[in-house]
Amino acid sequence: MKALILLSSLGVIALLAEIFSFKKLIYPIVLLGLVLAFILNMFDWDTNQLYFKMMQTDNYAIAFTSLIIVISFLWFIMAEGFFKEESNQSDHFALVLFALVGAVIMVSYTNMAMLFLGIEILSIPMYILAGSNKSDVLSNEAAFKYLIMGAFATGFLLFGITLIYGATGSFDLTEIATVVSTNTAISSIFYVGVLLMLIGMSFKVSAAPFHFWAPDVYQGAPTVITAFMATIVKTAAFAAFLKLFHTTFSSLGETWMHIVWVMAALTLLVGNITAAIQTSTKRMLAYSSVAHAGYMLLALLANNSFSNSAILFYATAYSIASIATFCIVSIVANAKGSDVVDSFNGLAKSNPLLAFVMTIALLSLAGIPPTAGFFAKYYIFTSAFTAGNAGLVLIAIIASLVGVYYYFRIIIAMFFKENTNNQPLEVTINHKLLLIVIAVAIILLGLFPESIISLL
Amino acid sequence: MSIIQTIPIEWYLFLSTVLFAIGVFGVLFRRNAIIIFMSIELMLNAVNLLLVAFSSYLSDSKGQVFVFFIMAVAAAEVAVGLAILSMVYRNTNSPDINNLNKLKW
Repeated sequence: MKALILLSSLGVIALLAEIFSFKKLIYPIVLLGLVLAFILNMFDWDTNQLYFKMMQTDNYAIAFTSLIIVISFLWFIMAEGFFKEESNQSDHFALVLFALVGAVIMVSYTNMAMLFLGIEILSIPMYILAGSNKSDVLSNEAAFKYLIMGAFATGFLLFGITLIYGATGSFDLTEIATVVSTNTAISSIFYVGVLLMLIGMSFKVSAAPFHFWAPDVYQGAPTVITAFMATIVKTAAFAAFLKLFHTTFSSLGETWMHIVWVMAALTLLVGNITAAIQTSTKRMLAYSSVAHAGYMLLALLANNSFSNSAILFYATAYSIASIATFCIVSIVANAKGSDVVDSFNGLAKSNPLLAFVMTIALLSLAGIPPTAGFFAKYYIFTSAFTAGNAGLVLIAIIASLVGVYYYFRIIIAMFFKENTNNQPLEVTINHKLLLIVIAVAIILLGLFPESIISLL
Repeated sequence: MSIIQTIPIEWYLFLSTVLFAIGVFGVLFRRNAIIIFMSIELMLNAVNLLLVAFSSYLSDSKGQVFVFFIMAVAAAEVAVGLAILSMVYRNTNSPDINNLNKLKW
């Protein structure tokens, strides 16, 4: 809660920066504020406080809030150039900070109203940021598609919330859970409500067959904003999704589990196979992020005590590696003018650091030991296996083999293909530091996964 | 018994579902961006209608408070949406979304 207040005030300060002209200071203020928010957030650990039955700072919420703050800190360092170029930069700071506020609300809600408000507070700034490259038609198209699909999904979510309200007379998660578990003859509109909420949340986490907007939006938006959407938005959406179905609807498992089973299998196959045929790396990473949503659905489906920690670890490993890959893709695409796989040719010779970190990040995304991604997949598969979803684990393993193929395409291009122009690309010192920190973090998380797994 | 409750709750449910479905089909099949926005508003207002009806039938004010939240958020969403649309219009000179087909596969 303290972190939430601090982040909101940071957003307001960022807006004031334009009026009182301290724009130069806003970047360090935001970074400092994020560190402070992380520390304040950690003070709430084990307090388990309930705020007016609207939000709760249980350990689940605090762990995900901390993850979101850490990722956004890394993201701000990655996005330094984005804030330098823009003319109205303090507005962009404010939009990103308000989006973070929405993400924090989404992981700590205990009431449907807060879920809805959190999703909208996160989404509305993202619509604007996706279109922040105003003269670029692709960015326009991304913003428009994101807005329409986001609002469409919100409509389904709200209709679901309304039907559940009609059947139970409450918006509170615990009250709904009580009604569901005690009342055997519950009105049939409740089940329609659960189904509609499932559709709405699947849109938000871009699970197949509701994933079709994601690749377009991810490709058209500016690369740093894509990184934000693929990491922070996805983590927050998944935390909200898991909280809703793991706590409130878990006793109705048999009504939604078959649907989620099919969705998970479809997401894994569609995401990985379509990623394998892409030429643009940005679009490939977009499909790979769809595929990663599929792995996380496995833990959601398992619906057991491992699910929370497995999703937390997966989100951590995936987000850190994604920040690194998107950072390198934006550096390469800016220098070469195109983000096709061939732009990476000969990168190992010209920029060994970039190639090295990119390799570690891609290995982590592909799930190869000793990186964090391997244990992330391991825990996900364990939780799915203990829940008796062996068939789905088999599909996931086949899908991740396809994943290895397209991640290695970039690695092969970097190390084994020649490029006529071996001029090293310019990389700022902050980006270098960021990439080194991320590479070390990926390896450390791979060696000591218990440090995160034991949290929840 | 309030005036709302003189009509059975099922009728509200049917009306809202039909309005919601019209909104969904509008989003999926219309090609004009303004009409798509209108359809989304229709979806949200179908939800509002149903919430108010349930709220009255359950004699519970929470549903009506929720309606205010939905109205505020819908207004914010449309403000952003129209801004994005005017940005698109500047580049393509048309509200037709068939121009927005550069990103595919």
